[in-house]
Amino acid sequence: MATRSKAAGARLLPSAEPVRFIEADGTPVARRGLPGGPELRAAYRALVLGRRFEQQATALVKQGQLAVYPSAHGQEAAEVGAVLALRSTDWIFPTYRDSVALLTRGVDPVEILTLLRGEWHCGYDPYTHHAAPQCTPLATQAPHAVGLAFAAQARGEETVALAFVGDGATSEGDFHEALNFAAVFHLPVVFFVQNNQYAISVPVRRQTAAPSLAHKAIGYGMPGVLVDGNDAAAVLSVVGAAARRAREGEGPTLVEAVTYRIDAHTNADDATRYRPDEEVTGWLARDPLARLTAYLTNSGQLNVDVEAAVAAEAEELAADLRTRLVAEVPPPPRELFAHVYHRPTQRLRDQAELLRAESTAPEGS
Amino acid sequence: MATTSMAQAINQALADALAEDERVLVFGEDVGTLGGVFRITDGLAAKYGERRCFDTPLAESGIVGMAVGMAMHGLRPVVEMQFDAFAYPAFEQIVSHVAKMRNRTRGRVSLPMVIRAPYGGGIGGVEHHSDSSEAYYAHTPGLTVVAPATVADAYSLLRAAVAWPDPVIFLEPKRLYWSKEEVTLPVHAEPIGRAVVRRGGTDATLVAYGPSVRVALAAAEAAREEGWDLEVVDVRSIVPLDEETLVASVRRTGRAVVVAEAPGFASVASELTALLAERCFHALAAPVLRVTGFDIPYPSPKLEHHHLPDVERVLDAVAALQWEDA
Ligand SMILES: Cc1ncc(C[n+]2csc(CCOP(=O)(O)OP(=O)(O)O)c2C)c(N)n1
Ligand SMILES: [Mg+2]
Repeated sequence: MATRSKAAGARLLPSAEPVRFIEADGTPVARRGLPGGPELRAAYRALVLGRRFEQQATALVKQGQLAVYPSAHGQEAAEVGAVLALRSTDWIFPTYRDSVALLTRGVDPVEILTLLRGEWHCGYDPYTHHAAPQCTPLATQAPHAVGLAFAAQARGEETVALAFVGDGATSEGDFHEALNFAAVFHLPVVFFVQNNQYAISVPVRRQTAAPSLAHKAIGYGMPGVLVDGNDAAAVLSVVGAAARRAREGEGPTLVEAVTYRIDAHTNADDATRYRPDEEVTGWLARDPLARLTAYLTNSGQLNVDVEAAVAAEAEELAADLRTRLVAEVPPPPRELFAHVYHRPTQRLRDQAELLRAESTAPEGS
Repeated sequence: MATTSMAQAINQALADALAEDERVLVFGEDVGTLGGVFRITDGLAAKYGERRCFDTPLAESGIVGMAVGMAMHGLRPVVEMQFDAFAYPAFEQIVSHVAKMRNRTRGRVSLPMVIRAPYGGGIGGVEHHSDSSEAYYAHTPGLTVVAPATVADAYSLLRAAVAWPDPVIFLEPKRLYWSKEEVTLPVHAEPIGRAVVRRGGTDATLVAYGPSVRVALAAAEAAREEGWDLEVVDVRSIVPLDEETLVASVRRTGRAVVVAEAPGFASVASELTALLAERCFHALAAPVLRVTGFDIPYPSPKLEHHHLPDVERVLDAVAALQWEDA
């Protein structure tokens, strides 16, 4: 360790400005390194579907069909870019915020919303999608990504693990422990922090005195990269490079995607209590979907036909989600006892029987 | 037959698990080069290599959290918490993930992993080195919690824990580490989920687990002089609990004392006592009594003997089982 030079240390620091390929108005900053048409059109499609999914989820909350929905409106480029930069065999460790990431991974929208609908389980099969259950205790999923990467490496796989983390969650102990373990064991992990500026009501300046969250990487001996989280092209490129490094045995990377949560923390939150409307308006002008659409259209890589086809697909997705979610039958109460252990204990069998007897008892008995 | 200590038995169990199953990994703080502060992992890193037995950064939540990810992806991690009270930083991982992953994924993701912790007092440890934390784990649905009291069980239950499809909290009574028995390894004892009658008796049942089993056995021996023939049941597996063996014993004897060194309030001893009261009520000649540690932070080395249940205190409880009414 003592042999690490100062110069090597400096290379771990993020750039002063976030990596950006496309300006907010759609103007390309530089062509070099910019992902190609097919990749960006795939991102465009995922962005449109993601946004429509979010609108539908928010509507379903209002209709009482979902218990709660933490929207990632405004963050879709980060959600989509991070997932599309990976292989489908790479694992993702999402939080409650990252439903669009799961949608991009190909998880059935009804399954994604199972938990938020008020069920007790995550809805999807993590092994089918290489996606851990959405995690609510902040940053606790980060060490899981580290362990999975360790196992993948031990088994000789090329698998990379990507942990989604919020800006607020970077203050948690598990964030620190995970980064430290990943770096010490030199594991193929990407820590993808979406700095959406708030942890519920608390702004990021109350989480850290560091110049940026990406700066924290140097303390662990891994590179930190700042990226414009509203630029899907930049996210694709930066996460792609981090995944490549990981796959090539060069260890973990911390990526901070600078973005903004346009909606309140969840439908239950009132964001006007802690942030001015002008701030939201300012970020609306940096909308990730408008940006990518403008770039692709201006550069002749997107035409009205493709746009219309993707829009139709999004409408179909929303309609299908509505119909199937509403029709979804919750699992029977007895299943509450089925997955606590590989085999229910006698106590659990007795309790399941008690519940069954209660629910089949005749009225007034 | 060879004379084997509990420490040796645990070491051998880990070695045999590493040898038999390449998915098994052993890691934690100082478990590699040093072989653990109690030398339980002595020689494992040298024999099975750094990839199989290794030191981690000093961070218990990271250790357990990393084990979760490993168990999700086909490995069978066996982690060591250096001392009972130093497992607390990992508590969130244990409660929110280790215990719940199977349930959160509707049975799709299981976590075959073992968290070993030296536990309990009686070794003159300074503060934070003598906790009995079994109640926290036993109270958490999804965890399997076992505590061996014999050398044979230390080996056999640990092998069973490593092979178990659910996460196991494996509590090693640290004051028994150097206790010895005539036992040849490998040994195959009763499975997880089974209690064992260590000593047959007709007058009353002493129920104990981990370090308290020896106390109960010593008390039963001493009780002979008082004319009591006591049965001793070793719980072994706190979760899942073998209610039938406990209940059958107490229904037969009609009296019971539960012995455990953790503070008694809201404890495993309380749960066992309530269970016996509920299920043996008509067979009981006296209320089920508890002999436990006091409801105080674990005392200093000089005073711990006042805190730990001992033969005298167990016999006092036995004496209070309303014999005159019998
Ligand atoms: C350990 C823990 N503490 C508190 C909470 C309650 N909580 C849920 S979300 C949240 C804010 C998290 O902010 P951030 O990490 O920035 O993610 P974001 O919600 O902005 O995506 C809090 C405090 C929690 N889920 N877990
Ligand atoms: Mg945030």
